[in-house]
Amino acid sequence: MAINWFKYSAPTTFYGLAGKLIPWFAISAAILFAIGLYIGFVVAPMDAQQGEFYRIIFIHVPASMMSMFLYMIMAGYAALGLIFNTRLSAMMASAIAPTGALFALISLWTGALWGKPMWGAWWMWDARMTSELILLFLYLGFIALHASIDDPRRADRAAALLAIIGSVNVPIIYFSVKWWNTLHQGATIKFSGTSMHVAMQQAMFTMLLACWLYAIAVVLTRVRSIILERERNTTWITELPEMKR
Amino acid sequence: MLDLLLLVIQRDLVLAMRRRADVLTTLVFFVMVVSLFPLGVGPELSMLRKMAPGVLWVAALLASMLSLGRLFSADYLDGTLEQMMLAPQSLSMLVLGKMTAHWMVSGLPLVLMAPILGLQFDMPGQELGILIIGLLLGTPILSMIGAIGAALTLGLRGGGVLLSLLVLPLCIPVLIFGTGAVEAMSSGLSVVSHLSLLGALLVLALVFTPWVTAQALRISME
Repeated sequence: MAINWFKYSAPTTFYGLAGKLIPWFAISAAILFAIGLYIGFVVAPMDAQQGEFYRIIFIHVPASMMSMFLYMIMAGYAALGLIFNTRLSAMMASAIAPTGALFALISLWTGALWGKPMWGAWWMWDARMTSELILLFLYLGFIALHASIDDPRRADRAAALLAIIGSVNVPIIYFSVKWWNTLHQGATIKFSGTSMHVAMQQAMFTMLLACWLYAIAVVLTRVRSIILERERNTTWITELPEMKR
Repeated sequence: MLDLLLLVIQRDLVLAMRRRADVLTTLVFFVMVVSLFPLGVGPELSMLRKMAPGVLWVAALLASMLSLGRLFSADYLDGTLEQMMLAPQSLSMLVLGKMTAHWMVSGLPLVLMAPILGLQFDMPGQELGILIIGLLLGTPILSMIGAIGAALTLGLRGGGVLLSLLVLPLCIPVLIFGTGAVEAMSSGLSVVSHLSLLGALLVLALVFTPWVTAQALRISME
């Protein structure tokens, strides 16, 4: 039997699939957030140097990682939409942008909260924080450009091009730790073993997974709204049970 | 190919010379912004000397944003841009010509003006030299990255502010390396690495931005 790989690349079929998937992602995200916060606040021991303050990394690190991953995924979808002219890819890209911006903001905010007791200042102009700020600007630029073009097709394509250009910046963020020698502490999690306590690792990875599931659930919800908005004049939308109510 | 490039540059330069006021406003803006800083932070020369490269670079960045809106809009409004896209010649080449002309009109005057402003900030001669080399390498990149933004926001409401929002974050590496070179000079380190990185960015921009801008124009014009 030939499998139709592209079945769910049509908004018509994806709308239903997304609707079925959202509860699963949302519920597992909530459960994992609960577990992660429990391990992070109760199980994980106090850090020898940083005291209790370090616990903010359980949201700070996942948020930073998500903001970067989501930008790459957004740029990937944008590129797909630009190259193959698929409608859903562009919708996915514009659905991801607000969530990515939110994670970038959380990362900056929690970083500032961590910086005050650790460095004695809310903000340090070190390379990684600055790059994260630039990433937030890139998200905002994407959203602003998309919002200011009335024709959705042109908006999708223009924003897609901007996302691809901006994605050049994301590797710079990642490697900035190595390039510039500044205040921010170097990578603790390395492929060759780590200096972290096991419970801290568990809390961090649980929170990261929870953030992923949350992001997927929210993006799917948003893309459903975008599909409804864009395709409102088609027959399949008017035939949806939730439209007849 | 080269003939085409020269033709476009010549045409844009002639058009710019017919409207000299536009060129001058950018330059005056640059001088004004730079002159405002001592008034804002105080006249101590030791502090001004330290701030000078950053202030000059940021002012140049902002000044180059001002003129970007005009890069394609006049041609877009009178239909020339459409004819350029229909032309059998490569659109990337035409765009490169327009970028070059834009830099000669709005970037080069800033570079030439910078030494005088640097002296106002009491910058030592050697540092001034590095600043000028940095600006010479960096301002073309600003024009080229800016052209992408100008193409993407062509004909939009409130395009000017949006353009700055899109382009400024992308210009940050140029700013970092440009000011980094001067700082390295003043602290006795080698400036080669910063200038080499700026040069690398310039080459990268030279290769990719004309093509990307051409794509952006096609998106905006369809």
